[in-house]
Amino acid sequence: MTKTLEVERLSVTYATREGGLQALREVSLEVPAGQIVGIVGESGCGKSTLIGALLHLLPENATRTGGSIRLADEEIATASPRRLRDLRGQDMSVVFQDPMTSLNPVISIGRQMRDIQYRDRIGHAEKNDRAAAMLARVGMPDPKGKLSAYPHELSGGMRQRVAIAMAAMMMPKLLIADEPTTALDATLEIQIIELLKEIQKEIGCAILFISHHLGVIAELCDRVVVMYAGEVVEEGAVEEVFLRPAHPYTQKLIECDPGRLKRKVASLPSIPGSLPDLTNPPAGCIFRARCPYATDICIERPPRVTLTPPHWAACHHAQEVHG
Amino acid sequence: MTHFRYTLLGRLLADPMAVVAIVIISGLVLAAIFADVIAPHDFRAMNMADRFAPPSWHYWLGTDNLGRDTFSRLLQGGRIALYVAMTAVSISALIGLVLGMLAGFGPRWLDNTLLFFFDTLRAYPTIILALALAALLPRGLSTVIIVVVVTSFSEYGRVVRTQTLSLKNAEFILAERAMGASFGRIVFHHILPNVLGPFFILAAMNLPVVITIEAGMSFLGIGVPPGTPSWGATLKDGFDFIRTTPWIILSGGLPLILVTLGFTFLGEALRDQLDPKLRKGR
Repeated sequence: MTKTLEVERLSVTYATREGGLQALREVSLEVPAGQIVGIVGESGCGKSTLIGALLHLLPENATRTGGSIRLADEEIATASPRRLRDLRGQDMSVVFQDPMTSLNPVISIGRQMRDIQYRDRIGHAEKNDRAAAMLARVGMPDPKGKLSAYPHELSGGMRQRVAIAMAAMMMPKLLIADEPTTALDATLEIQIIELLKEIQKEIGCAILFISHHLGVIAELCDRVVVMYAGEVVEEGAVEEVFLRPAHPYTQKLIECDPGRLKRKVASLPSIPGSLPDLTNPPAGCIFRARCPYATDICIERPPRVTLTPPHWAACHHAQEVHG
Repeated sequence: MTHFRYTLLGRLLADPMAVVAIVIISGLVLAAIFADVIAPHDFRAMNMADRFAPPSWHYWLGTDNLGRDTFSRLLQGGRIALYVAMTAVSISALIGLVLGMLAGFGPRWLDNTLLFFFDTLRAYPTIILALALAALLPRGLSTVIIVVVVTSFSEYGRVVRTQTLSLKNAEFILAERAMGASFGRIVFHHILPNVLGPFFILAAMNLPVVITIEAGMSFLGIGVPPGTPSWGATLKDGFDFIRTTPWIILSGGLPLILVTLGFTFLGEALRDQLDPKLRKGR
């Protein structure tokens, strides 16, 4: 199986007042061609940093301290700015979280969609036609008329459709969706997920879908990557990971999903403790302090325990948790 | 095709305040352009026999202490006011735009340096700075323009800098970069149009301020050279005879008030229309 994206031992550090904050530590993951891979984890686990690192659009105080990123077998971690600019939008594109802020408010939809095609030497009218066709494709009523509309004239769901149309416009190999449904209400969430599925089938791209909503990941994705405090703790097929998690963090995360609650509770379940200080991460297992399975051995760096490939978990007690 | 009613001009015409502003400003512009044609007399011609003549068919707004036709001088004054306002505002706005974007985009040290520079200039009261500069420079319209530019470009700079800074980190700029847009494209195509709205509103709001600065400087005798028919100078001339011949000071003061109001109304109407948060309905 060919891989659209292969990330190996990627590390990113932010320079802060308190010292280097190790936002990503040796993150490895892969996105097979034509699959939808979900990344799940709580706020601050490094999901957004990972996207920034993939696109080389990290804030100024962040540095990639190591690792490799291969997009369709091309090493892009060390690619030139020129090459990266070619890749962005063309080979990999992004749908951002908040459609209210991810479109330029003073430029018409049509112009923004024509702009993306700046590499193609085709006429204005042809670009317009392609943009309208793409808008029609994402279920926009009156696509031709919408080209002259401005973002504020559209609803949130419509804007997210426009953002998806823009991201899919150039038929990228990899489409990154950064919590594209978080800012939308539940009915729209389902529509957008269905749309992403259709787009994936149609253009055959791989999708990297970032979310903290387990239900959405289960619904949409083929594979899931679980991140905690800047590390990948578990990866595997969605059913495998969600039905039989092998990492205590994944297990806890699923237990805490409010969607699983059958009756009223006074307080929602949560994982006791808080995220470790990433300027000075503890040695050994990163989840040790909050883990019910923790033993003395956890002071050592956990091995990568493979269960049913490609399902693996970074835990000394993976077999025990897996059950 | 957008219906005329929904274009900027169409929306402005639906706002009575904007209509008043447009009428006043068109009057000023027409008076400035055709001053020589409309004026019944030469604005420089002194007629000692007709000193302090009250308004009449011959002298529509009377004459001043040197027997010069006040109405003809009023028209010339409009020309001066418009000239100073347009030149000074465009120069200071352009300088402010460039410096503001540099500060917004540049490295931290450049931002801090420019900000310090802006704040230093802003700290001086306009009239004190005007007096100091007037003492250094020869008397004339160009000095007035320099004073206005020096005192007001920092305001544009600050507004543009703030806009640029907040836009620089806006998600749609990140989205554009993620779509492969170049630096130049982001600056000129995405940031600039977003900066221009508040920038033009500020410029429109600044026009009347500039006109009053010019009038104020001329009234204080540090503006235009003696004999120039600026409204401020007319005020100064008429001030001495306010009890006996009030038409002199009125023909300097009234157009000044009207034009200032006109530009202020226009600025506010523009702000209401261009700032989507203030717009009532589309």
